[in-house]
Amino acid sequence: MPLNASSLSVGDTHSEVVVENLTRTQIVQYAGASGDYNPIHTDTPFTKEIAGYPSVFAHGMLSMGMTGKMLTNYVGDGRLTAFGVRFTRQVFPGATLTATATVEAIREEDGQHFVDLAVSTTNQEGQEVCKGDASARIDA
Amino acid sequence: MADEITFPIEAGHIMRFAAAIGDENPIYRDAGHAEATEPGGVIAPPTYAIASAHFDPDVARPLPGRPWRGSGAEPTGTPAGPGTDESSRGLHAEQRFVYHRPVLAGETLTVRRRPGETWTKEGRRGGALSFREQISEFFDADGDVVITATMVGVTTSRAVDQ
Repeated sequence: MPLNASSLSVGDTHSEVVVENLTRTQIVQYAGASGDYNPIHTDTPFTKEIAGYPSVFAHGMLSMGMTGKMLTNYVGDGRLTAFGVRFTRQVFPGATLTATATVEAIREEDGQHFVDLAVSTTNQEGQEVCKGDASARIDA
Repeated sequence: MADEITFPIEAGHIMRFAAAIGDENPIYRDAGHAEATEPGGVIAPPTYAIASAHFDPDVARPLPGRPWRGSGAEPTGTPAGPGTDESSRGLHAEQRFVYHRPVLAGETLTVRRRPGETWTKEGRRGGALSFREQISEFFDADGDVVITATMVGVTTSRAVDQ
């Protein structure tokens, strides 16, 4: 269901756990679906011995995709007008991620209402893994 | 990356992409459900534009008869030497999408890419950082832009400290 400008307030939040105990298999699944086959996401010998990381880690876009699931659940299908993030920390297998949207502004342009959201996704240790913003069309 | 690619928006691909991000919203897999929604059909999830990589001939993927840098019998399939691990120093720093309308299963988009700005910065965890922006515009059959995507890639001078 789309949001309504009349029932939203600055500071409102919506939060969802978007993945619990992220599996290597889901990272492989995302590699196949997205077409990003960079071996640092799926290939442990390469990642440890050649790239120098302690473990394979999730595509940034997997974290963004899971964060986007929280957003579309909140604002409704086909309502987003913008969504951007910075990837601030790597996400490793075993991660549990919580994505949160916070209402920053409710505005009207040419008779159409919009909500502007701050977006933050954190891991099980409370560390931010991506941070950004989104906007969506809302009803009056 | 190719400068221009054709990106068919396929229902089966949307279903698999939604499954990979753990999104069980039926609008991504059930045409009957989707018809009754505001967009009026199966739509692509917000980050699906990235999956245009499948249709880009220049995106790195294992190909028959070609060396692949991932492991086989050895940790890497490409010869040792300067620059061997350079490509693994490339990370995704930022991503932004502007949506002009929802993208529906069944349409075919044309993606045009162009370089944006470049800049450098001294990082704390990965040494010297070199940033590069790439802008992709997704056009529909009428020539209207439906999505504008801006990717910022960063190349680090060493593996990022944990």
